[in-house]
Amino acid sequence: MLTATYAILFYLATALLLAGLLVKVVQYARTPAPLKIPTMPAPLTRRGVGLRILREIVLFESLFKSNKWIWLFGWVFHAALLLALMRHLRYFLHPVWDWVVLVQPFGMYAGFAMLGGLAALWGRRIAVQRIRYISTPSDHLMLVLLIGIAASGLGLRYVARTDIVALKQFILGLIRFDWQPMPADPALMLHLGLVILLMIVFPFSKLLHAPGLLFSPTRNQTDDARERRHLAPWAARLEAGGE
Amino acid sequence: MNEYKIPELGDYATIPDLDPGSMSHSHPFPAAPEHQTALGFPGELVEDWHDQAIGKLGELLEKSRGLRVFLDSCVHCGACTDKCHYFQGTGDPKNMPVARQDLLRKVYRRHFTPWGKFPLTRWLVGAEDLTEAVLDDWYSYFHQCSQCRRCSVYCPYGIDTAEISMAAREIMDHIGKGQKYCNEIIGKVHKIGNNLGLPGPALANTLEGLEEDILEETGVAVRLPLDEKGADILLVTPSADFFAEPHVDGLIGYAKVFHQAGASWTISTHASEAANFAMFIGSYEQMREIALRIRKAALDLGVKRIVFGECGHAWRVAYSFLNTLAGPFDFLDRNYPIPQHICEYTHDLIEQGKLKLDRSKNDHMTLTFHDSCNVARATRMGDMPGGQFEIPRAIIRACCNNFVDMAPDTIREGTYCCGGGGGLLTDDLMELRVKGAKPRMEALTTVIKESGVTHMAAICAICKSQFSKVMPKYGIGMDRIVSLHQLVGNAIVLDRAGDGSSGE
Repeated sequence: MLTATYAILFYLATALLLAGLLVKVVQYARTPAPLKIPTMPAPLTRRGVGLRILREIVLFESLFKSNKWIWLFGWVFHAALLLALMRHLRYFLHPVWDWVVLVQPFGMYAGFAMLGGLAALWGRRIAVQRIRYISTPSDHLMLVLLIGIAASGLGLRYVARTDIVALKQFILGLIRFDWQPMPADPALMLHLGLVILLMIVFPFSKLLHAPGLLFSPTRNQTDDARERRHLAPWAARLEAGGE
Repeated sequence: MNEYKIPELGDYATIPDLDPGSMSHSHPFPAAPEHQTALGFPGELVEDWHDQAIGKLGELLEKSRGLRVFLDSCVHCGACTDKCHYFQGTGDPKNMPVARQDLLRKVYRRHFTPWGKFPLTRWLVGAEDLTEAVLDDWYSYFHQCSQCRRCSVYCPYGIDTAEISMAAREIMDHIGKGQKYCNEIIGKVHKIGNNLGLPGPALANTLEGLEEDILEETGVAVRLPLDEKGADILLVTPSADFFAEPHVDGLIGYAKVFHQAGASWTISTHASEAANFAMFIGSYEQMREIALRIRKAALDLGVKRIVFGECGHAWRVAYSFLNTLAGPFDFLDRNYPIPQHICEYTHDLIEQGKLKLDRSKNDHMTLTFHDSCNVARATRMGDMPGGQFEIPRAIIRACCNNFVDMAPDTIREGTYCCGGGGGLLTDDLMELRVKGAKPRMEALTTVIKESGVTHMAAICAICKSQFSKVMPKYGIGMDRIVSLHQLVGNAIVLDRAGDGSSGE
């Protein structure tokens, strides 16, 4: 019963995550950008734009210019999340890739960094008057959700160790459509439940900032308006007197 | 007019405490029905304004990737909250860029996202119905954004509040809630050819008068040609250059540069306006119509090049949008940038050693330079990213011995708006304009006190008008703002007497 519930929820959440993201990405890609609006100074070439976006993704360049505290906490959280995710690949792979093995020790500490970053971000959200003003309940809940995931994950490792071998069997079983029993561990049920919730919420929430950054015209456009004529399809129809 | 307190200048880095609702009374005069209908908008608020507004928002979402991505992506991180000059000058939390965006975003969430559509989860994501009170907030606070894009520099996703305020104004125009200042002016451009409604004969008179003034002052016959067919260069400049101070001194500067370069150039009555206020109201269609006037003038006069005078948002429309709106310009000379900024033009001549400049002519001044928001963050000059910062400064250094920059985070890409951009340069928004100028006034006052700066140069008609009006409120003389080409005009040695004969 437990196994079936979680298995079905995982399939559902994965489907929603992928389908939801696909719909949004296709929607972003299909919606034309009628005018050239890169925030200047902007790169003059596609390559330059690629590097600009890479710097935004890896270094949070604009945020660094803006506010060192938000940058520090946000960057630490995201970097730690990435390490933790990479470490978790070991539960989805058999045999485990070499680099995933290498990441393992760092991934262990990443959980704490993630928790620290999230707690600091939440602290700012509550303590700084300006940020408190703009926060909606969902902004707080999203942090609670992520903190819950990080905390329950650390609990599984350092407080009440779960049967990790059985868990891996369960996950590999999901992937191979050959269900294996899920360990009936309340902390694990909480951890996985929260992850499922995050996967479901992702494509319908502000977590869309992840694909959004790639499609943001102020960041992904080249500065070449004088050299290349940029025309949206609907603007071309307007020009032809069609609309 | 409301009584209001002029902000006390302090250290420009201080962040004000929140003062909710302190600017909710500020809103521009509404457009009269005839100003609305002249642009094809309903004369007054339509009966089913709510549904029409939501419909229009849906349409804009289909047409603009930026709008869609910006409305989805914000995580309320707070990076932008202290970046807007109107927030810094007023403390009104709805002038924080994210809060301004949220005025539209909450309606977007209500009608275009699952959590907002579903009644039980609406409160979670801050989704709200577009009520009359929300519409009033839109009218008030989307007219407290000068679309300067400073916030977009600092947003980790590049969310540009200018795009959101443009969309909101476009929606309001379409339900009959337009703004008088912009819409009346756009009507004048369509009818007469410029923002001021200055008809051809008056323009001809003005230019003749300027030619006489220059002759009297310098003894050299410098021409300001109007509608001369077959000229090489069409100069498109903001109409304020024809009469306002210090703008007109800039125009005299351009004329002297053209003269000294031996260029054949002309102004056009049909396109006697570089400004394109349709950008401020977010109307692609209106913006295109105005831009097409320039194309037509260029074709009719048979020019080979188009050069734009000193105007911030006009340079944005010219540099970033003109090719899109009114291109392709394959009938112009491809050896030159299309279009070209007057600063690029002058800078090229300086680089080639074709202008003789006597810096001592500006020795009575110590200059600083105000990067205009649109030039800085929405355009470029020259071949290199950041040329829009370097080229004007290079010109000033070539014309003046004394130049000092303001604090680094108040110039270049971090420059502050003058407080009057984005279609807000109107007397009915005076309180907002004064308060919005605060960060720039703080940075300026600092260099006045510490470095003996006497004058600030600008390359934008709106900046110049705004500063000459608000600087006195902060105890700085209105004559302390100068046109960049005024400095060139002062320094230039006119030794190419009359037509043809060249100096040494």
